[in-house]
Amino acid sequence: MNDMSLFQELYSDAGVAPWLVMVGMAVVTSATRFSGYWALGRRRLSARTESVLAAVPASVLTAIVAPMVLATGFSESLAALITIALAWRFPTLVAIAGGVASVVVLRNLI
Amino acid sequence: MKTHRPHSDSLKQQEAHAGFFSGCLDILPMAVGAAPFGVIIGAMAIQAGLEPWEIVFMGAVVFAGAAQFIALDMWTSALLPGSVALAIIGTTLMVNLRHILMGAAAAPHIRGITPWVRYPYLYVMADETWAMTIRRARVNNDLGPAYLAGLALPFYLNWLVWSYVGTQIGDVINDPAVYGFDFVFTAVFVTLIFGFWKADRHLLPIIVSAMIALLAREVLPGTWYIFAGSVAGVLTAIITYREPSHE
Repeated sequence: MNDMSLFQELYSDAGVAPWLVMVGMAVVTSATRFSGYWALGRRRLSARTESVLAAVPASVLTAIVAPMVLATGFSESLAALITIALAWRFPTLVAIAGGVASVVVLRNLI
Repeated sequence: MKTHRPHSDSLKQQEAHAGFFSGCLDILPMAVGAAPFGVIIGAMAIQAGLEPWEIVFMGAVVFAGAAQFIALDMWTSALLPGSVALAIIGTTLMVNLRHILMGAAAAPHIRGITPWVRYPYLYVMADETWAMTIRRARVNNDLGPAYLAGLALPFYLNWLVWSYVGTQIGDVINDPAVYGFDFVFTAVFVTLIFGFWKADRHLLPIIVSAMIALLAREVLPGTWYIFAGSVAGVLTAIITYREPSHE
């Protein structure tokens, strides 16, 4: 009975309080943030695991920016190239500022 | 010997201040880039019928820009039907799946950090703070609790402040693209990817991740492409792994 009424409460059209939805979002988000850490946090890692983990950052960041860099437009692709070229020689902040400035200029030109 | 203690204590304190400050400095561009998106989120919340304090509460407990953006897009009225509420929570989970990989990658670097900093840091771990953390650990080899706090605390507060500002000035920023704000995020990540590549010269996972992300974006809904690309890149690393040769 109790399970049923809980189910109905969650699934009825009466309406769920905003804070309750937000707490739900927070719970699932925290689960993702802590689970990967807990799975590997206490273990001694093999050379293989460490090497594979080392590939995670570039893979994740690449997947995030790939659409913007490769599939948005010529301005964005060229500005990304300019950012990399600047990063070759100059401090990161200069590369970021140059990349953002070039995307603004390119978008206005093209 | 006793006279040395105060000296070494103040030296430690100086180091902590320096670490906190360089964390703030590293995250500053990301905070500037995030500001317009915070404003948009605040404006969207008002349009969805939420109160200003409610979006600040959401930012404080969820603190995940992409997930909040999608959630507010699905937020049809202040009181949600149960089915929509569940859909929002389910979508939030999917959008944030990449955190599992990120937490695993950060684990070896942060497990020695005092729990007082480590757990709050993990609770608010974002793409930006996480990426800077990995860079600091790998390139500078100097990751301390003060640096982590210097990254996470300003970035967290920055998000809450701008979300609130958005509820007040709503429609000032309609399109972050006009001033290139939308590209700050991309520019920072491109420089970070470039830095990681320079450190280990592993190009194949990056190429595969980009290709699969682009493909997945065509066929999968929402932000699944991020998870698909990430996993494809990591799988590539697993497949191409070679035992270090002992000579």
